[in-house]
Amino acid sequence: MISIEILCAQIGGLRPEDVERWVVNRWVRADGEAGQYRFHDIDVARVRLIVELRDVMQVNEDALPVVLGLLDQLYALRRQMRRLGSALDETISEDARRSLAEKLAGRA
Amino acid sequence: MDDPYKVLGVAKDAKPEEIRQAYRKLAKQHHPDLNPDNKAAEEKFKSVSSAYELLSDAEKRARYDRGEIDASGAEKPQQRGYRHYADADRAARYGAGAQGAGWSGGSFEDLFGDVFRSRNAGSGGNARMRGADEHYSLTIDFLDSIRGATQRLTLPDGRTLDVKVPPGIEQGQIMRLRGQGGPGWNGGPAGDALIEIGIREHPYFRREGRNIRLELPVTLSEAVLGGRVTAPTPGGPVNVTIPAHSDTGTELRLRGRGMPGQGDQPAGDLHLTLKVVLGPPDPALEAFLRERKAEPGFDPRGALMEAA
Repeated sequence: MISIEILCAQIGGLRPEDVERWVVNRWVRADGEAGQYRFHDIDVARVRLIVELRDVMQVNEDALPVVLGLLDQLYALRRQMRRLGSALDETISEDARRSLAEKLAGRA
Repeated sequence: MDDPYKVLGVAKDAKPEEIRQAYRKLAKQHHPDLNPDNKAAEEKFKSVSSAYELLSDAEKRARYDRGEIDASGAEKPQQRGYRHYADADRAARYGAGAQGAGWSGGSFEDLFGDVFRSRNAGSGGNARMRGADEHYSLTIDFLDSIRGATQRLTLPDGRTLDVKVPPGIEQGQIMRLRGQGGPGWNGGPAGDALIEIGIREHPYFRREGRNIRLELPVTLSEAVLGGRVTAPTPGGPVNVTIPAHSDTGTELRLRGRGMPGQGDQPAGDLHLTLKVVLGPPDPALEAFLRERKAEPGFDPRGALMEAA
């Protein structure tokens, strides 16, 4: 975990007040209280993505929550799909697995 | 690496602002965090980023234009993207809505259906799709398994299916009822119902392939003197001749009285194993045995004693 100063040093064009605002908005979910935020790897990657969305893709801050909300839904679904996949993997027979695969490939 | 001007789709004399615009446009399209699992987008984004890295730096761009450096000089180490973390389970930190990444049972059907529909759409638009096969099990009586029977099966959704069990079906055999499974999508045909057959044991009959085995009790006099008795078979009672000098364990075979014939398979046999049963006390028999002088020299436990 890293502090907000180190985070801003790692990512070009990032100011501490931006990050603080994003944490208050819950776009970034840091650990700790204001003034002592700690950032996990996932938070750092998320901040980097937000910076790219803002600076490179020119998504302004009004539109950012829409983009982040959709992304969070996308990744939540992907995690669910993964869990579903591994649950199926652990519970169904080889035959069922094969017919499932065929069905998904549109062959059955 | 490819020509960075081509990668960004700009002219050799493009102004810095044009290069920035081109990069922004391509980044929006191919950013890998917005296209997880899309290898092509990831590769494209990488080359777009390196091209921009090179051309956005006036000094590097000039050296590239003079041929002093090649395009790969601009590559920089890739950081792990957000997708890398967001795909892991601990990313529930950024779950959508209040319940995070929890798997709520209610959404299961919705998600499942959508997933299948969208996968299908990916492979051919609004394609018709066959319904899923559904699995059931049905347990029938032994005699029904021999003779065949029609059994009513009530499905979880309240539908009933009349299952015509053919004669001679075996334990664990699966019957396929075409079109009785899950409904198809977009007018596709319904799936099949697959019914696994279980067979309850019979108190007396046992099945061995196409033959049936039965232990047949006989009286002492039927065994000693022989005679005609009636024996049950799956096809109804039949008369059996017990030969004289039979004993417990004597086997008789009734040809064609086992499994009924099917197609080119001939009917099986009924194997009877006799079992002598003395029945209630018989004073006359007792008197005879007591007065009998010369017992034949026979030891029924001889083999037993030798083996021990």
